[in-house]
Amino acid sequence: MMARSITADPELTTPAPKRPAVRPKRRRNNTWVGILGWLLGILFFFPVLWMVITSFKTEAQTYTSTPSIVFSPTLEQYKTVFDSGIWPYFANSAFATIVSTFFVLLLATPCAFALSLRPVKKTRDVLFFFISTKMLPIVAAIIPIYIAARDLHMLDNIFTLVILYTAMNLPIAVWMMRSFFLEVPGELLEAAEMDGAPLRRTVTEVILPVVAPGLAATALICCIFAWNEFFFAVNLTATQAATVPVFLVGFISSEGLYFAQLCAAATVATLPVILAGWVAQRQLVRGLSFGAIK
Amino acid sequence: MTRRDAPLGATPSPAVLNRRTFLAGAAGGAALALTGCSIGAKQIFTGGSSGTTIAVAIVSNSQMQDAISLSHLFEREHPNIHLNFVSLPENEARAKITTDVSTQGGEFDVVMISNYETPMWSANGWLVNLQPYINATPGYDANDFLPQLRATLSHKGDLYSVPFYGESSFLMYRKDLMAKAGIKVPLRPTWNQVGEIAARMHNEKKGLVGICLRGDPGWGENLAPIDTVINSFGGRWYDLAWQAQLTSPEVERAVSMYVSLVQKYGEPGAPSAGFSECATHYGTGGAAMWYDATSAVSTIEDPQSSSVAGRNGYAWAPTQNGRPSGWLYTWSLAIPTTCPNKQAAWDFIAWMTSKSYIKTVGETLGWSHVPPGSRFSSYQIPQYKKLSATYGPLTLQSINATNTAHPTVKPVPYTGVQFLDIPEFQDLGTNVSEQMSAAIAGQKSAAAALSQSQLYAQDVGNTYK
Amino acid sequence: MTAIAPPVASAQRVRARPDRGRQGWVRRAPLLPALIFTIIVTQLPFLLTLWYSLQSWSLVRPGSEHFVGFANYVAVFQDSQFWTTALNTVIMTVGSVLIAMLLGIGLALILDRKFIGRGIVRTLLITPFLVMPVAAALTWKTVMLDPTYGIVNWVLRPLGIGQFDWIGQVPLLSVMIEMIWQWTPFMMLLVLAGLQSQPKDIVEAAGVDGAKPLGIFRELTLPHLRRYIELGFVLGAIYLINEFDAVYMMTQGGPGISSANLPFYIYQRAFLGFEVGQAAAMGVIVVVMTIIVATFALRLIFKSFSGTEQAA
Repeated sequence: MMARSITADPELTTPAPKRPAVRPKRRRNNTWVGILGWLLGILFFFPVLWMVITSFKTEAQTYTSTPSIVFSPTLEQYKTVFDSGIWPYFANSAFATIVSTFFVLLLATPCAFALSLRPVKKTRDVLFFFISTKMLPIVAAIIPIYIAARDLHMLDNIFTLVILYTAMNLPIAVWMMRSFFLEVPGELLEAAEMDGAPLRRTVTEVILPVVAPGLAATALICCIFAWNEFFFAVNLTATQAATVPVFLVGFISSEGLYFAQLCAAATVATLPVILAGWVAQRQLVRGLSFGAIK
Repeated sequence: MTRRDAPLGATPSPAVLNRRTFLAGAAGGAALALTGCSIGAKQIFTGGSSGTTIAVAIVSNSQMQDAISLSHLFEREHPNIHLNFVSLPENEARAKITTDVSTQGGEFDVVMISNYETPMWSANGWLVNLQPYINATPGYDANDFLPQLRATLSHKGDLYSVPFYGESSFLMYRKDLMAKAGIKVPLRPTWNQVGEIAARMHNEKKGLVGICLRGDPGWGENLAPIDTVINSFGGRWYDLAWQAQLTSPEVERAVSMYVSLVQKYGEPGAPSAGFSECATHYGTGGAAMWYDATSAVSTIEDPQSSSVAGRNGYAWAPTQNGRPSGWLYTWSLAIPTTCPNKQAAWDFIAWMTSKSYIKTVGETLGWSHVPPGSRFSSYQIPQYKKLSATYGPLTLQSINATNTAHPTVKPVPYTGVQFLDIPEFQDLGTNVSEQMSAAIAGQKSAAAALSQSQLYAQDVGNTYK
Repeated sequence: MTAIAPPVASAQRVRARPDRGRQGWVRRAPLLPALIFTIIVTQLPFLLTLWYSLQSWSLVRPGSEHFVGFANYVAVFQDSQFWTTALNTVIMTVGSVLIAMLLGIGLALILDRKFIGRGIVRTLLITPFLVMPVAAALTWKTVMLDPTYGIVNWVLRPLGIGQFDWIGQVPLLSVMIEMIWQWTPFMMLLVLAGLQSQPKDIVEAAGVDGAKPLGIFRELTLPHLRRYIELGFVLGAIYLINEFDAVYMMTQGGPGISSANLPFYIYQRAFLGFEVGQAAAMGVIVVVMTIIVATFALRLIFKSFSGTEQAA
């Protein structure tokens, strides 16, 4: 049996201590690598930076053929954004995101458990089925969904979004959680089994603490996708249940200047997820790399 | 190992909620969800709704944004009615409103449509007849609306939607630049004259284009001006037997002229420049002329958003055959038949399209914010009369000169100046407008674009034969 | 995407049980809620879509619904615009996934090395993935790529490019730039996980033996990364095939249909033409095509996983 240990955390800042001393040649290379890294980092980040900078300008300052980097900033665009009543949209987005993510975890965790630690026949087929549900372009199904929602009187109802977001994120969550469950070391399971622990105890005391970071990572990914979702939101909501992406789109005016206020609205709309991603970076990295896979 | 139900003595992992309470909450939420009502945060934020809630779907243009910002005045006058707005860009708003109304979804109580939808939807029985409400509202004075607008929004003599603002099209130009160049723009120019002036004024080094013309795909974007050009060159979409005419010589001449004018003397990014982009370009001093909607004055004459305010001259929409060629378009408000609170919906519509609203907008937000081209009386208000001196009369005249029933020289089986009032036109018009945009982008010749458009048009025409 | 063989084998050895009978159902039970929920919420609409695809139904011509069998499918196959948008979709998806992966590999290699402020650089690099797609598309369309007021053209001015109309002249490329920008962090993190999980001692040994860095990369690293790269391709493709927000916000598929992809084209059919039947038929065709392609791709993935595991 292969020697296994708890998976290495892909956190970058602490290298494994067992490496031999770094030779001077590599340190020089790293300087150039570092410079390149910084350049690319700033380059990739620049559109976001420019969006935020523009949000502090007036429209007149924005529509100049030479972009102004030095200017006196103003909060008037943000005032417009907040005066347009963003809070209900925020609340709707938060509600749909959090509740759907809870549902996703609730459904995906046992499912992934069954597919990993306690294997079922045709695991591959089930996994493929889940992923295949993401292959239907939702544009094609929107009219049936719209009509179904209308018949059930679920139009402009935040729970409709909750249900759809849950279905939207479930496949990816199942795949992710399964990989985290597969990381649970065999020794732990064997030990628990030999102790004669009941299944529930095994799960809650042994397995869940190990996959808890994985749960957090999955939750973060689901939150990101749910918060940013546009198509269902704009088609199935009207006044009560509209979410932040719908609010943002309302700032595109077909008449007049709107770049700066659009940037302000975009900044506000996208800020929560960016902050969440930055703060929970380790979870994000972990989640997107599906756990460091052996 | 058999599964035994262990007592829940072990403390659950903090990473996961207690499943039982969560399931209970979820079940309760599901029950609430299925009670079948609109549920969302708006209710929480508006402190619950005692009285009626009216859901309004409108397009996110500046005049409508003004109305939203003033809507608290309406709510003050009508404490029992609460307003919820959905404001979306034009294409998205249209898609949403049409889906809702045509499937009787009932999401909205008031919808902003136009003189494109009104004739068709009223014939389908999807809209409430507003005439009784109008007659029962003293002081509303529906006869104050411009007669062409009233005609185009009526079905069998009754109004089924009421105009919020109306527009035709005309030519806007920089009076100061023309004076400096010694050019006199005729009051009723032909397209040839416009082309010559554009050629003389076009100066890329100085960042000045000869003329701004729409190129953005969309049946309400580039196709609006292009259709007026087609009409004024004597062209038409169909003959009386529903044979598509898009490859006829008149149409080819018209479209070739438009395409080459934009390519030679038009704004950069023309293939994706719609009203908004042109407004920006002209309003920041980048163009000598702009042929577009009369409602553009709200942007270019507003010192807040335009650097050319007060420096503009106006002329009739250019024409080739002497017939007035301006288009006719109005954003209007209607009530879908699914609305459960028709009186409350009408109260709001009446407020937003009333004479007093116009006065309020002028006094509160500035007279350049007045929704243009809907009521005669707007242009009688002293402050607005003064402000709109250069463009007001021409706006009214342009609207009044339109003839949606007979928009073309040769007889046609459809109505509408810059669109065809058939349900398929949204799709057909968009496809054709995309061909036009591709021609402007130089991806194909105007003739090739028209050949492809002819195929689309013939497909639709066949269903009408 | 993860090794199936060893951990399952160990678990199975301990708790091998037949799948029949009660034990089988106990095993399956945790699976069921997710499965049933997914079936209801996704398959029912799909069945309805199938049903609608057999009708001719225009939303704006009431009473026009009638059964037409496969006429919609025939019409779709004969529609040249459908094939153009299908080609666009392929170009967009394959191109974006490939370039994002190449960039991702490059960035991952950089981030795998230690340098000052590496954490901050990583933070900067993952941000594009977090930005709301609608916001990202609008930002790119307006303040980045606008011919007159966008900053990209200003930066390129010294090169003599001037007022290049990105959206009008190279719409497909513009949309792809935005999509690549958003998905490179995803690829980067996947590859980074692969690099981090590579046994460092083997690489060290090869270096000591005198192998050049490029050789090491080609012979050792790349094969190890293969499964991560394949996973990135599959997941990226699944999401990017269905990309709608970027096309809708940036180009509306134009000029003409040069930047329209299948989701956008279907949207136009449904919400502009209100031709429910045709849109539904197109959707079904897209699903079938995607499943065919994906079946082959996923077989490849699973084979490569179990394959490399045995080899390792």
